[in-house]
Amino acid sequence: MTPIIEAREVGFAYRRSAAVLTDVSVGITPGRGVALVGESGAGKTTLLRLLLGLTRPTAGRILFDGTALELGDRARMRSFRRGVQTVFQDPYSSLDPRQSVARIVSEPLRSLGLLKDLPRPARRAAAGERVAAALHAVGLPGDAAGRYPHEFSGGQRQRVAIARAIVCEPRVLLADEPVSALDVSTRVRIVDLLAELRETRGLTVVMVSHDLAVVAALCPQVAVLERGRVVEQGDTAAVLGSPRHPYTRRLVRSVPRLPARPSQSS
Amino acid sequence: MSLLEVAGLRVRPGDGRDLISDLSFTVDAGGRFGLIGESGSGKSLTALTIMGLLPPGMTASGSVTLDVPGMGRTEIVGAGERRLNRLRGRAASVVFQEPLTALDPLMRIGHQVAGPLRRIQGLRGRALREAVTAALEEVRLAEPGRIAKAYPHEISGGQRQRVAIAMAIACRPALLIADEPTTALDVTVQAEVLALLDGLVSAHSMALLFISHDLAVVSGITDHVLILKDGVAVESGAVLDVVNGPRHPYARELVDSARELDAALDGLNATDGGTR
Repeated sequence: MTPIIEAREVGFAYRRSAAVLTDVSVGITPGRGVALVGESGAGKTTLLRLLLGLTRPTAGRILFDGTALELGDRARMRSFRRGVQTVFQDPYSSLDPRQSVARIVSEPLRSLGLLKDLPRPARRAAAGERVAAALHAVGLPGDAAGRYPHEFSGGQRQRVAIARAIVCEPRVLLADEPVSALDVSTRVRIVDLLAELRETRGLTVVMVSHDLAVVAALCPQVAVLERGRVVEQGDTAAVLGSPRHPYTRRLVRSVPRLPARPSQSS
Repeated sequence: MSLLEVAGLRVRPGDGRDLISDLSFTVDAGGRFGLIGESGSGKSLTALTIMGLLPPGMTASGSVTLDVPGMGRTEIVGAGERRLNRLRGRAASVVFQEPLTALDPLMRIGHQVAGPLRRIQGLRGRALREAVTAALEEVRLAEPGRIAKAYPHEISGGQRQRVAIAMAIACRPALLIADEPTTALDVTVQAEVLALLDGLVSAHSMALLFISHDLAVVSGITDHVLILKDGVAVESGAVLDVVNGPRHPYARELVDSARELDAALDGLNATDGGTR
């Protein structure tokens, strides 16, 4: 199957400094979401920015549906944006505090011109419907549309951000540490929500995360990055279940765990 | 007699509702106690109260006493600044979450570590320099000489947190308070820093008050825990009892969340054979 997005031998370096990414190849096929794991400075976020078409690689290519993504080609970037949306880490800085939730969530509809063929009044009604459907899909009440970000908790804000990402019905959702700013119980609920959207909407979830438990729950594929290189990639179960690279092994071993349950219950 | 005794503690801002209400717990000399809660539960405020560092406008009532052999018993709530200053660093000290804000960005590391050693132990000159090097070596910083000359921004987050720990334990406090000390760190660095704390606390028979939102982290390093929600203690007890048989619905929710994430990783190990 042709990957929806593919990084082919990409590299990235800032001018006159050491490379941030070297010779990275990652493919995202439908339904096979990839988690990019590694530590601070490993290049996860840079790779995500390349996959999102926000930054141009300094070596190699990013392919979208099999052909090279040209950041200058506006029509093509528009269709790319429609198919590939993003959720950021911090729901406190990623939502404009001066805009209502309805306006925030409908933004992709306007910027991608998805409703521009409709006459004006119909456009407004259609946008309202799409927003309501998106809010419903992320488990927010219908009256959330008229409210503002400050009225919501961190977990609810992240739901708003997810609603904004799915309102144009993308095929791929790229998320940068989508739950690391949240409390543990909220984190589990957002992970459950992403898993549900993945099933019900056929959404492929690509995620940057340092939290291996979240990765294991959401992405069937994983690529482990260390200092800008992919040191191990493949099925999540295989890579994290029996890691081969020493770095992956150390990563898996370092995850804090609860003490084992007493033997009678296991 | 307990080293730290918190009894009926209540903290509130000038006008509003209680941020901590009727909180009681004790930490014995050399004991390890975990405070668990999510953002806004009042766990950091508890740490600040114990250090007598409540922000202006906040008032505490009830009782917080530190009973350190050789220093006598001190009631923290209502104590004057001079009294508190004698306790800080020796009776109790803190490691905060974000080492970048805990360290002065304009001061070389060596100079900052020297601070408590000079002030509290009265060291000067060569003895002071040697004590700084020893303090940096104690937290397993390779090249203590280079680190001492560096500014905080020139070293990594994990190294900065080691420096903050070195400063906190430099004068051998009876109680070390660690407030989310590894939350800002990468997972492998977190594991190293936890192992370091574990070793240091044992080696110097310090008591540890470990504050975190992460049940798995706390359960690995402490033996008693207290779960805070909205400033109220909802459950406390031995770590194994709490994680294996939480009684309060909120405690159960926390344990279930942690177990759910654990299970995702365990599932991998179980299916491992079939996927290769």
